[in-house]
Amino acid sequence: MALKIVKGSIDRMFDKNLQDLVRGIRNHKEDEAKYISTCIDEIKQELKQDNIAVKANAVCKLTYLQMLGYDVSWAAFNIVEVMSSSKFTYKRIGYLAASQCFHESTDVIMLTTNQIRKDLSSPNQYDTGVALTGLSCFVTPDLARDLANDIMTLMSHTKPYIRKKAVLIMYKVFLKYPESLRPAFPRLKEKLEDPDPGVQSAAVNVICELARRNPKNYLSLAPLFFKLMTSSTNNWVLIKIIKLFGALTPLEPRLGKKLIEPLTNLIHSTSAMSLLYECVNTVYIDVNTPPLPSLSLSLCLYLSLPPQLCVQKLRILIEDSDQNLKYLGLLAMSKILKTHPKSVQSHKDLILQCLDDKDESIRLRALDLLYGMVSKKNLMEIVKKLMLHVDKAEGTTYRDELLTKIIDICSQSNYQYITNFEWYISILVELTRLEGTRHGHLIASQMLDVAIRVKAIRGFAVAQMATLLDNAHLLTGNMQRMGICEVLYAAAWICGEFSEHLENPMQTLEAMLRPKVATLPGHIQAVYVQNAAKLFATVLKSQEGNTDSTAAQETSQLMIDRLPLFVQSANLEVQERASCILQLVKYIQKLQQKDVEVAEEVSALFAGELNPVAPKAQKKVPVPEGLDLDSWINEPPSESESEDEQPKAIFAKEEPKHSRPRREEVDEKELAKRREARKQEQANNPFYIKASPSSQKVYQEAPGVEHIPVVQIDLSVPLKVPGLPMSDQYVKLEEERRQKERAEKKKKEKKKRKEKRSGRGKKHDSGPESEEDITPAHQVDIVTEEMPENALPSDDDDKDPNDPHKILILHIVKTFVYDIQGNLQDGSQVVVSVIFENKCDSFLKSMEFNVLDSLNSKLQRPEGSGPHDGLTVPFQLPPGVSNEARFVFTVQSIIMPQKLKGTLTFIVKDSSTHEKLDFKLHFTCTSYLITTPCYSDAFAKLLESGDLKCSSVRLEGVNMPFHHLLARICFHHHFSVVERIDSCASMYSRSIQGHHVCLLVKTVSIDAKCDEPTLLGNVLDEIKQTFSQC
Amino acid sequence: MTSISEIRFILIQNRAGKTRLAKWYMQFDDDEKQKLIEEVHAVVTVRDAKHTNFVEVRDKSFRNFKIIYRRYAGLYFCICVDVTDNNLAYLEGIHNFVEVLNEYFHNVCELDLVFNFYKVYTVVDEMFLAGEIRETSQTKVLKQLLMLQSLE
Repeated sequence: MALKIVKGSIDRMFDKNLQDLVRGIRNHKEDEAKYISTCIDEIKQELKQDNIAVKANAVCKLTYLQMLGYDVSWAAFNIVEVMSSSKFTYKRIGYLAASQCFHESTDVIMLTTNQIRKDLSSPNQYDTGVALTGLSCFVTPDLARDLANDIMTLMSHTKPYIRKKAVLIMYKVFLKYPESLRPAFPRLKEKLEDPDPGVQSAAVNVICELARRNPKNYLSLAPLFFKLMTSSTNNWVLIKIIKLFGALTPLEPRLGKKLIEPLTNLIHSTSAMSLLYECVNTVYIDVNTPPLPSLSLSLCLYLSLPPQLCVQKLRILIEDSDQNLKYLGLLAMSKILKTHPKSVQSHKDLILQCLDDKDESIRLRALDLLYGMVSKKNLMEIVKKLMLHVDKAEGTTYRDELLTKIIDICSQSNYQYITNFEWYISILVELTRLEGTRHGHLIASQMLDVAIRVKAIRGFAVAQMATLLDNAHLLTGNMQRMGICEVLYAAAWICGEFSEHLENPMQTLEAMLRPKVATLPGHIQAVYVQNAAKLFATVLKSQEGNTDSTAAQETSQLMIDRLPLFVQSANLEVQERASCILQLVKYIQKLQQKDVEVAEEVSALFAGELNPVAPKAQKKVPVPEGLDLDSWINEPPSESESEDEQPKAIFAKEEPKHSRPRREEVDEKELAKRREARKQEQANNPFYIKASPSSQKVYQEAPGVEHIPVVQIDLSVPLKVPGLPMSDQYVKLEEERRQKERAEKKKKEKKKRKEKRSGRGKKHDSGPESEEDITPAHQVDIVTEEMPENALPSDDDDKDPNDPHKILILHIVKTFVYDIQGNLQDGSQVVVSVIFENKCDSFLKSMEFNVLDSLNSKLQRPEGSGPHDGLTVPFQLPPGVSNEARFVFTVQSIIMPQKLKGTLTFIVKDSSTHEKLDFKLHFTCTSYLITTPCYSDAFAKLLESGDLKCSSVRLEGVNMPFHHLLARICFHHHFSVVERIDSCASMYSRSIQGHHVCLLVKTVSIDAKCDEPTLLGNVLDEIKQTFSQC
Repeated sequence: MTSISEIRFILIQNRAGKTRLAKWYMQFDDDEKQKLIEEVHAVVTVRDAKHTNFVEVRDKSFRNFKIIYRRYAGLYFCICVDVTDNNLAYLEGIHNFVEVLNEYFHNVCELDLVFNFYKVYTVVDEMFLAGEIRETSQTKVLKQLLMLQSLE
């Protein structure tokens, strides 16, 4: 026995202590991992010994290793052993190890409950303290539940040292075991008035954290905090209290007024920048809290800090040489920007200066600010500055950030601030010269978006893209620049799709078929091949038009020569398209040799325009029969699961318990709001075609490549693609345009004045042009939106260009589209659904819809309103959003078409002026017809009855397939086919007042019968009109 | 997330990225911890006196945290807090902490922290607890630390 002890102590002499371990690690820099694994083996041996001192030493070393990132979770049980040592030194080592290594899923934690309880109630305050500290790190819900009472008792310990710790740890306990909050709260509140300031500040901390989650429940403590705020001198506590008030004031506006005085005092008296910042920040938070505009105003006024002045003060911060203050100044500025953009905008120069700062985080803050500061007036200037920075910027990450910001700034709110799209296209083209950017696809998608949606720009865009394609080698010359070659995807597509705008399509075609193209990523090659075919069609058309058959044949030969390169591509997509097109061209060549004109048919391959998808297209896809989107797929989770949510809601019991029905309780307003937000989002994001991001490997070994001399391009000189205009030119041009506009306007105004002969006061508005004065050079417009093929016919009507009541563009500010539907239930009711679309940049509200009633047709108005009162449209329209409203009309006779005059009045929010919009509603006879199916025998009976009057109409010059003709009649005029035999068909429809309309349609004529000859005549006229339009 | 505290973690690293102290106030698993340590090192060491003492990393792994750091000789003292927190207060907090260390170790140097790492943890625990600033008075903290040392 004695020998064993001696042996043990001799062994121990050779044990490493912590110092040895640290030194050892420092001496084994080369093979640290190996050294540590031998150390861990030693530690494992040491842990097996009975001697607690050895164990503690081992655990201490483990804690160090754990900090360095080694896994020591296997020693958890040994840690518990050391924790339970009665000697403070060891106990402390044990608790430290536990606090570093244990987490909720450590299973030995359950063994510690009693030990911790013993330590908590130890007469030695340091035992208690160390247990509390440890517990704060590894408290689990079980521990929290079991020990909550013990810790609560400690909150009233005689020593402030323990009270303070206990109060702070209670917060952790509340989080893990929310039920403990209620019984502990009175005592916690007591601690706010503890004689020891440390305990006080701990209580403030805890309540502040709790209030952050659920401020409502802590309003009652406001007076207490108020007292603390005026009496405390501890800046840390003050910061917390101010933060707390920041959370409480939105709930109790009266609090704000009370706060003004102490906050002002603090702002003026404190020397601590952090406290000052918190005060100022809270004031700003108040400014920005929506329910409190009046308060924030009074706060600002009282603090003699109108927004301009606040901004002035921030300017001083931003100009400070201390980078930290500069950063925080910008941060606060961005908060003011949201409510007072104008006052921030005047400091544009300062913000732009910050872009030169050495610190990226300051630059990024400045960029964020710029995003919110642009207007139509300053967009070009700001972007120009940013472009300069792009050239100067070091480091690709920041440059990429700049690039995305430029695009974000320009494209925000549906290109709201762009007045000249030629300028924007040239900016995009300039951006392609960036080296090593990852955002080629972003530029590409912008090019596509603009070219598709801004019709007026297509000619210009195509010219630019053709130059890009021509100089494609500059973009792809260097492997580093591969990211940017995505733009070629857009360039090729735009050139192909809008090839009619190309000045020299032949040249572009050749550029697209260069052998070098084969080095591009597969998805881009595929677009090249496809669009080469489109170009080919265009070229053929022009060449055949010149009756120059040899040129046309040469073009085909060019295709046949060049396409095989792509047929050999390793990319399936490229291969497939290329071989398809190659075969097609070969066939075309055969025809050409026989002198057959093919151009017309070839271009028919690519006829039709690709349009952006309408934002509401998805909504209009009819739900297939038998599909109930509201029913549960799986059974809804049962009630009991709601208990899981409880920890989130502290004081959960005080609130009335909503369980399941709450889900449906989301009120209408909220729903409408969400819908609105979603709509706006959709409206702003009408991307239809997206560059596919999948980049394929480049196959250098494609045959033919090695014969091409590769010219190395010296990239130290910034690349300039020849022939591309600089965006700066457009800045100038735009300036000139605006000046001209202004001049014209002035002229007009002068004229007006002259006309008025106002003799007094020569008022000159030489002031800067206001935002609204700048009219955009091009209108962004979704010209014709694509709708799903099987959209509900009633909704689809209004989108069809052939429809008699088609889109009416009434005003640049807004358009509306309407659709008239008869009501079957009531023979005299017609429902008109009007889609209002806000096409301007301002918010529209208080819309009123009014129609001048005729004897026959009357707008149904709510009871009690006069015959000339307008109907309020039940929504407001943010920019770019459209919404639908329905109006019911009473119609007496439906046999004649009618036109009703109406007006729409509305208020533009920014200028708060009343605007008026006149329109006409055209009630065609067709709109009184309702598609009604009819069986052939019933149809025969109807014809035999002899009650029907006869009429007929000839369809001149209609050369469309017969089934198209039928489809058109069905679709536009609400008929259904009864029977069809070859090129002869019988059709039927019924009016809302029960008139039967029967048609016998042949390829060139329609014979019709109806019990009301006038109605029949009008319907036939309308049908004839439909076909004369096509 | 069930346990949100003001301070997410406190880190002391040297220029080479060796951890000298890592105190976690939120639950991370070991891999996450190592990743965070590496990321903090990567963003902090590239900055110099021209830079601010704040880093908002818009990375997912930082989950809307920001790092407030201060460099003393070859050591970076970093505190990770919520983005809405008061930057300057924590900057002062770091300085307060370093002053206490300096007093406690009598002109502290990196080696003091390495060989007495458990003492540094004690200092941290005396000044910060459960993710909150617990005691800011230097004299009080030092008094407690001496008391604790006398128990050894």
